[in-house]
Amino acid sequence: MSVTAHAHVEDHSDDHGHHHKETFVTKYIFSQDHKMISKQYLITGLIMGAIGIMMSILFRMQLAWPGESFPVFEAILGKWAPGGVMDADVYLALVTIHGTIMVFFVLTAGLSGTFSNLLIPLQIGARDMASGFLNMVSYWIFFLSCVIMLISLFVESGPAAAGWTVYPPLSALPMAQPGSGMGMTLWLVSMALFIAQSLLGSLNYIVTVLNLRTKGMSMTRLPLTIWALFVTAVIGVISFPVLLSAALLLIMDRSFGTSFFLSDIFIQGEVLHFQGGSPVLYEHLFWFLGHPEVYIVILPAMGMVSEIMAVNARKPIFGYRAMIASILAIAFLSTIVWGHHMFISGMNPFLGSVFTFTTLLIAIPSAVKAFNWITTLWKGNLQLNPGMLFSIGMVSTFISGGLTGIILGDSTLDINVHDTYFVVAHFHLVMGISALYGMFAGIYHWFPKMFGRMMNKNLGYVHFWITAVCSYGVFFPMHFVGMAGVPRRYYENTAFPMFDDLTDIQVLMTMFAIVAAFTQLIFAFNFIRSMFYGKKAEQNPWNATSLEWTTPVEHIHGNWPGAIPEVHRWAYDYSKTDENGEYIIPGQDFVAQTVPLKDGEEELQH
Amino acid sequence: MTPFLTIVVLVLVAIAIWQMTKIFELSQIKANNTEVASETDNKYNGYLMFAFLIFLYGITIFSFWKYSKVLLPEAASEHGGGYDSLMALSFVIIFIVQTLTQFLLHYFAFKYRGEKGKKALFYADNDRLEFIWTIIPVIVLAGLILWGLYAWTNIMDINEEDDPLTIELYAQQFNWTARYAGDDNVLGDANVRMIDIENANILGLDQADPNAADDIIVKELHLPVGRKVNFKMRSQDVLHSAYMPHFRAQMNCVPGMITQFSFTPTITTAEMRQNPDVVDKVKRINRIRAEQAANGVENKDPWEFDYVLLCNKICGKSHYNMQMKIIVETEEEYNKWIASQKTFGSSMASAQ
Repeated sequence: MSVTAHAHVEDHSDDHGHHHKETFVTKYIFSQDHKMISKQYLITGLIMGAIGIMMSILFRMQLAWPGESFPVFEAILGKWAPGGVMDADVYLALVTIHGTIMVFFVLTAGLSGTFSNLLIPLQIGARDMASGFLNMVSYWIFFLSCVIMLISLFVESGPAAAGWTVYPPLSALPMAQPGSGMGMTLWLVSMALFIAQSLLGSLNYIVTVLNLRTKGMSMTRLPLTIWALFVTAVIGVISFPVLLSAALLLIMDRSFGTSFFLSDIFIQGEVLHFQGGSPVLYEHLFWFLGHPEVYIVILPAMGMVSEIMAVNARKPIFGYRAMIASILAIAFLSTIVWGHHMFISGMNPFLGSVFTFTTLLIAIPSAVKAFNWITTLWKGNLQLNPGMLFSIGMVSTFISGGLTGIILGDSTLDINVHDTYFVVAHFHLVMGISALYGMFAGIYHWFPKMFGRMMNKNLGYVHFWITAVCSYGVFFPMHFVGMAGVPRRYYENTAFPMFDDLTDIQVLMTMFAIVAAFTQLIFAFNFIRSMFYGKKAEQNPWNATSLEWTTPVEHIHGNWPGAIPEVHRWAYDYSKTDENGEYIIPGQDFVAQTVPLKDGEEELQH
Repeated sequence: MTPFLTIVVLVLVAIAIWQMTKIFELSQIKANNTEVASETDNKYNGYLMFAFLIFLYGITIFSFWKYSKVLLPEAASEHGGGYDSLMALSFVIIFIVQTLTQFLLHYFAFKYRGEKGKKALFYADNDRLEFIWTIIPVIVLAGLILWGLYAWTNIMDINEEDDPLTIELYAQQFNWTARYAGDDNVLGDANVRMIDIENANILGLDQADPNAADDIIVKELHLPVGRKVNFKMRSQDVLHSAYMPHFRAQMNCVPGMITQFSFTPTITTAEMRQNPDVVDKVKRINRIRAEQAANGVENKDPWEFDYVLLCNKICGKSHYNMQMKIIVETEEEYNKWIASQKTFGSSMASAQ
């Protein structure tokens, strides 16, 4: 199979360069080149990210100074902040859309969409994705889905406001809250499109990784980024269709009077006709995607961190096979732990026991990964580039956030912290901040590959250090708020005098959040400036071994001007020495994957 | 206005930092800048890594020192003690692992920062090490899982032993209602289709069901100390969650089904008000409230400690204010209170 695939690719390379008349539209807009599509994903994701972060600042201000009037509220929210005081409905809308945008549009599409597109063909040695056309279609469906989500912010009754999980009946009944009207319909349409683009993209990634690897690139010579992106695509294909079914059934309940998720409802003085459905069924369907989703978010970050860490430590990643095994174990376990979001949902408590067991199991591969990263740093020659700093930061937040998962995954302990700020702190550290760090690491590291220019390192350092301090400043104290019993999604906590002494923590967290948000402007400035005025990149600025750095700096459709290089070794021959303690290639501490094994050189047991 | 000013100041600080880096950058423009970390960058960032480790420990210590007092007081239910011990053990494990791993991570980042001529160690594998750090989490987690599951099975085993009191918690946007099962301790049948607001049948009780006649519907939850309570939860509109943090108890209320939770309260409200932690907390909060009242904020009367039932599942606009007071009292006080309440049967009769 792979032989025929190769033959096909070679054919393509032969006629390459002859009839390529690219117009502005085919090159920049409806491009089928994976590198351009990856940039489209990245920039769209970053714009959505800016919107999501801005929303978080608005509701953090409301939490720190409840009911206070701010001109900025009135300016941005208009009629939803009469006199500059945020309305309770719009507060819920903001947290809902913040969650949706950050989880799906930024950390799913913006992260794995960008880097799957960029790295899969380049690192496996392929001319492009298996289907460039489908790839283009998937981006444009994503774009459409973003547009619809943004349009929903401007409808009369406001956007969806039932939380990012949109549990029915709240999300199903327009009379339950204004956000469950038109805003919710648009949310569902947008998500349905999002799922379609995710499936098209994922299938493309899987086929490409399986069939289009260059000669010599066996699965066990793949960089860990590719393993992570490949497995991410697989779990996406397994779980996203289930969300689609949940969304479709919810649409039917909302618009066609079915009762999949609804039963026995009396609201605003009248009994509704719904009978026999169950909201718990929706929770099962939602979290069957929802939990794998957090691994869809974090696995690409883990893969990139592994790669960037090895490159900058000038050492092979420690335990390559264990890293792959743990990615596979996490992927498998991620599909059978969804019930830990539902311990107290009314689900049978025996199921709760089973899900506790599987959930705590997932800590094992996660621990292996963390220890392997730490050992990769040990006795290295660490080049502390911004990408490397974000990688180290990612390991730090992944550990801090992951550890509290031991509490939340335990059905007993979950009882009292379920849906409190403890959960919010946990998942922001372990998947939000960690995945964002992974994304930043990837951007700093592969910016030269994407734009042919370097990002400014000093701005990168400032960006990292302020962000690192502020993210802990926001989310570390937040655990205490949760353990004090403060529920999430409360517009203000003043209705409970027992929470009055938490106001100063709220102010502290909001201050850190505001500084962190403004720090991202440094990144935005650096990104845009470097795109046009950054220092021209060399072909292999980080002295890395993997294939993407053998392509020319100037992008060409087809990636390599001549034949696709053949691969002779794995991607982690950094600082490898012969028996005399000399580098394999004298004076150079890395051996590119394209270099054949030397006489007597041993290929390690990977 | 103050917050707005603070934000302005923060923005200015951010701009200042940005400008400073720009100056820093311009001042060394000719230094052959490749935008790849130089020896100096490695050095400074290595030291910053170490400083960051200290910051991490610092913020941990600071938070514990400053914020431990905001945490919930001792558990006021029978299973709550075990819950708190398991939580404490988990935290001990978490902090040992956190302190060690963060130390190794940041210390290595500092210690092995890049230098010219340094040779990294080609170290790709070590089965024994990997086995060790697979097996240690396995053992520790096995212990936690076993303890957790044992506790969970006990908490979730809701039965009729020890003569429990049966109470229904009824949720709707945006308030709670409680229904006591009355003398027969059996709740009458109910369904939202039988709700008759005009005739004060707000919970939809089946008037034909003889078990319903002695049910007592109230807006305040009174519990006798030391007696097991079986809660049956119902919701009439959207999902809600009955969260009683002081009792380490929570269960969602789901329209269309009856969920349940059970616990035995062990500390009366009066006793809890004497608890030193609670006394401190009340004092602290009343100081804050007095300050706010002096600044003209409304509804800032002095607070007296009470157990509360909160809604902990997003349910709409006033989700943040959906609460009910819980009073744990002695058997005699409880009996006196319940005897003074009207039964469903008598209130129906008087309505007609």
